[in-house]
Amino acid sequence: MRYESPQTIKAAVGLLSKARGTSRILAGGTDLLVQMRSGMLEPDLIVDIKNIPGMFDITKEKDGYRIGAAVSGAELGEHPKVKELWPGVVEATELIGSTQIQGRATMVGNLCNASPAADSVPAMIAARAVARVVGPKRARNVAVEDIAIAPGKTSLKKGEFVASVFLPKPKRRTGEAYLRFIPRTEMDIAVVGAGVSLTLNTKGVCSDARVSLGAVAARALVVDDAADALIGTKVDKAALDELAAICAAAAKPIDDKRGTKEFRIKVAGVLARRAAAIALKRAKG
Amino acid sequence: MSSVHVSTMINGDEVDFVCRPDESLLDVLRDRLGMTGSKEGCGTGDCGACSVTLDGRLVCSCLVLGAEAGGHEIETIEGMADGEDLHPLQQKFLDHAALQCGICTPGFLIAAKNLLENNPNPTETEVRYWLAGNLCRCTGYDKIVRAVMDAAKDMRKGHRNAA
Amino acid sequence: MPLDSENKTIVPTEFKTVGTRPVRPDGMDKVTGRARFGADMSAPGMLVGAILRSPHAHARIRKIDTSKAEALAGVKAVITSKDLKAQPGCDMDILVNVMARGKALYDGHAVAAVAAVDMSVARKALKLIEIDYKVLPHVTDVDEAMKPDAPVLHKHIEHDYHQDMLETADHVKGKNEKTLPPGKRPSNIAGRYQFGHGDPKKGFREADVIVEHEFKTEATHQGYIEPHACLANVSSDGWAELWVCTQGHFMVRDTCASLLGLDVSRLRVTASEIGGGFGGKTTVFIEPVALALSRKAGRPVKVVMSRDEVFRATGPTSSASMKVRIGAKRDGTFTAAEAILKYQGGAFPGSPVEMGAMTAFACYDLKDVKIVGYDVVTNRPKQAAYRAPGAPMSAFAVEGCVGELAEKLGMDAIDIRLKNAAKEGTVSSYGPTFGPVGLVETLEAAKKHKNYKVKLGKNQGRGVASGFWFNFAGQTCTTINLNIDGTLGLAVGTPDIGGSRASMCLMAAEELGIPYDQVRTIIADTSSLGYNDVTDGSRVTFASGLATIYATRDLKAKLCARAATIWGIPEEAVDWENGAARPAGANAGNFDPLTLADLAEQAAATGGPVAGHYEVNADGAGPSFATHVVDVEVDPETGATEVLRYLVVQDAGKAVHPSYVEGQFQGGAVQGIGWVLNEEYIYGEDGRLQNPGFLDYRIPVCSDVPMIDTVIVEVPNPGHPYGVRGVGETSIVPPLAAVANAVSAAMGVRATTLPMSPPKILAALNNKMRQAAD
Repeated sequence: MRYESPQTIKAAVGLLSKARGTSRILAGGTDLLVQMRSGMLEPDLIVDIKNIPGMFDITKEKDGYRIGAAVSGAELGEHPKVKELWPGVVEATELIGSTQIQGRATMVGNLCNASPAADSVPAMIAARAVARVVGPKRARNVAVEDIAIAPGKTSLKKGEFVASVFLPKPKRRTGEAYLRFIPRTEMDIAVVGAGVSLTLNTKGVCSDARVSLGAVAARALVVDDAADALIGTKVDKAALDELAAICAAAAKPIDDKRGTKEFRIKVAGVLARRAAAIALKRAKG
Repeated sequence: MSSVHVSTMINGDEVDFVCRPDESLLDVLRDRLGMTGSKEGCGTGDCGACSVTLDGRLVCSCLVLGAEAGGHEIETIEGMADGEDLHPLQQKFLDHAALQCGICTPGFLIAAKNLLENNPNPTETEVRYWLAGNLCRCTGYDKIVRAVMDAAKDMRKGHRNAA
Repeated sequence: MPLDSENKTIVPTEFKTVGTRPVRPDGMDKVTGRARFGADMSAPGMLVGAILRSPHAHARIRKIDTSKAEALAGVKAVITSKDLKAQPGCDMDILVNVMARGKALYDGHAVAAVAAVDMSVARKALKLIEIDYKVLPHVTDVDEAMKPDAPVLHKHIEHDYHQDMLETADHVKGKNEKTLPPGKRPSNIAGRYQFGHGDPKKGFREADVIVEHEFKTEATHQGYIEPHACLANVSSDGWAELWVCTQGHFMVRDTCASLLGLDVSRLRVTASEIGGGFGGKTTVFIEPVALALSRKAGRPVKVVMSRDEVFRATGPTSSASMKVRIGAKRDGTFTAAEAILKYQGGAFPGSPVEMGAMTAFACYDLKDVKIVGYDVVTNRPKQAAYRAPGAPMSAFAVEGCVGELAEKLGMDAIDIRLKNAAKEGTVSSYGPTFGPVGLVETLEAAKKHKNYKVKLGKNQGRGVASGFWFNFAGQTCTTINLNIDGTLGLAVGTPDIGGSRASMCLMAAEELGIPYDQVRTIIADTSSLGYNDVTDGSRVTFASGLATIYATRDLKAKLCARAATIWGIPEEAVDWENGAARPAGANAGNFDPLTLADLAEQAAATGGPVAGHYEVNADGAGPSFATHVVDVEVDPETGATEVLRYLVVQDAGKAVHPSYVEGQFQGGAVQGIGWVLNEEYIYGEDGRLQNPGFLDYRIPVCSDVPMIDTVIVEVPNPGHPYGVRGVGETSIVPPLAAVANAVSAAMGVRATTLPMSPPKILAALNNKMRQAAD
């Protein structure tokens, strides 16, 4: 096994492109080191991207903010403007693991680990976040929902990695929220997660919405029907009930050690409704 | 496996070591540097017994590679007391009987110190959530939370007196 | 010195030192990171050991080929069961558990081990060991394992199902019921225990109300944060040393010596600081393996378990399947009680069902009572003791029924328990008649506590439960030495797992009338003291404390004799008071008191070193009762339970260091909360453990629990010179039932299956709604 710590994206891409066997990106390392420790993974090459300029940056751009691949959850949570604009994304990222994990774990790592239960992903999907993929060819922008394709598998090609995530600035009167269910109060993997973003017009009618569910399918789901159930309503009880019913119906979970199918279906609806209620409150300001 | 040479700062001392690329910072501290105060309870970041700070951030040293430590500042339990003078948290843990077996204690102290540096006046709920990554199986957490709250109170007083 | 009546009469009511809360003597090292635990020791030339474990729940081992591992550079020894030969008189179950022979009996069962220059080489070597397994059918559930057609683990274990059918029959109902012939046949039922008295049939006829339920609990792990670790060093002439985190280093020495065929004198075991045990470190797992590797490699070998190994290969407690029936009169008086308990203890006999059966109804004064318990083997790791072994499960079942009886009779949950509470003179359900015990006092104190008066809101519920534990005493040997400056060194042989050194210092200081910090207590190694039983059964503050007090009295008598020599008066004319020898009265003469320092200074001139000693196979450990009261809130939409407030009231006899007594109460309660709400061993269809880590084996975290309120009740134990009762175990007996009763009250459905994890609670609530709709 080799450990490399390149100083540029180009050098990192070069190492990844040439590598034989298994190579892995090291940013926060909170998934990678666990996989190595358990013997699940024995990489031949580890590319630590933390010495590449920009990886720790949170940058204001014209239409939003760009979050570097090595920005930890704790750092994200300490950025007042990002927290104000995307409370749901920040809350979701801050839910990943303990204070210790927060000191290292990154949103991009959470995305590229491709766990269906990743907390930040439904929140990012709801916020219409876009990943910046760098690689041997030209850098490309990929909607976050298109990064993970199956548990542990991404759409990234050899030599590619995600250098940052872009959060487009929300429209006025937009509110967003993410909720997850875990059996304990901390230190758990989401049994169900729900991210909701909704925008109200001046009359208080929902003009745009986006709903995403985690841990109820092989990857995070975008539930367009659920968003449609909110659009055109004042997000009243009837709309929320319909949202819950649609989300429960959209959930295609499995029974596993963390929860039953029956439980996940029921709770997917409950959490979507509760998250939408918080998003509504936030949209109203 | 090609070894990596690393120069770092631990508890204010310059430290050089050589490690294999797959060794965790915890392995390096314990097995190469003889600093066994940080404990391995799980090796997967779930228990917090190996807590250290890396450039002032609280982390699990089992989830940091030794190779990554180059150029960074690390603080461990061995650096918490100032010679004979205990940190107020260490004294409060003793006064409140906030330890039984003591294996989780170094991790709790490092995490609690980091909390009070970030938030000198935490509520009970804030203390409990900040420390949720540190498992204790003996105490039921009651006396640990009391010790942290009491230390925070004293440290705030000390601050005012010093100012 | 026997425990004579004179000693027993010295039960002081006023204490100077005992009952205070000084800083523990080992505290400084533990807050600075200097304390050395199991994995913190190293030795020159040390190798690391690693163990290969079965991936199968049940498999015949046809062949093991270690040649490739042996050939790997850096590998210094490879062992299999061939290197651990059965010695005459050794415990075969422990030997087979330490290293599988013939069959792997559970996922995680050790099959081979290596010693290598570092962990990287050791891991590589494990991968090079080739094992030819024939996978066999397996069984992990206790009810399934009891069926006559279940896969059988051990041919030599036999059971007569026909006989059982005549008596209790419940577990063999099924397709084979009628066809089973009389006589014994191979089975997973390894033992049957029965306790009780009177005639329950008659008692149930007298009942106005009868409550009956079936209950199930899942296995839980002790969950100590320190994985097992040891450092073995066997020299080529057969003298061996072992450094190990254990609850009993004398037990480790004797067991390892017998498994390895060593004279006991050849093995010296030193107990490291121990990072929690809760019963799980009362046996051996890696220690014989480390010794065998060291013997073969000729170098020191350190073996440290990973967390995954701790869950897969050390002892959790049993899972249980139980049926309980209690009858009562309209006024709440219990007329009869019956229980059938089935506990699986993993791949070997020895589940704690016997103690579960003995403790089940111990809180109550019953004239007609019967308990039957079955010990069952399954393809799971061999169970180890876990804090009040066997008692929390049966208390969960019994106290659940008591809670329901109170509801049905419209009685207060504490009043119904007071009405039937065991007290001095009660013939216990397991036989003996109780001496002075404190159950009534705990119930009365709980009823008076402010927590019991808090008004509950929507979706909230209150639960009450009581619990009992016997407490152990056992073999204990202690020495106290006077140092040349008048300070003292106290050597005990029971590892300090939760502050017992502080308690020993307090008791020795109390006896001598000196400050607490004048005594240093150490845990002596196995070559320095006579045999000491394990730190278990809540016995240390009681038994090592008793031995400390009597050793100190022995020292005091010798000190008085020295003073008598110095003064030239008879020994009987010298008293010990407030830290000094003094003339017993005016007639004894007029001499200045001689302090410990004075006597130490003159020791050489008056006969040499002065030491006190005491050895005993103690009895008289008074039982401890507790009552817990808990309030919870259940989220009806997600099934999540929040513990709002929690109260522990327990009898300590005499609290030597009250902070650490409270700590035991609080720790036991929170372990119980974990057990009832989230902790469980989850097995896949393949019989493999699916959650061998702290992420998915969910012990409570700091934000899961509130402050744990405590009340220490002190009903002195006449079996101890200061009235001490053990307190460590009783605290985990009531919480399963208390929380279950609270959750049941909050959701309006009786919860009978643990853990009451959110999916189960939500399913129960949905079920209730469906039934209401029908």
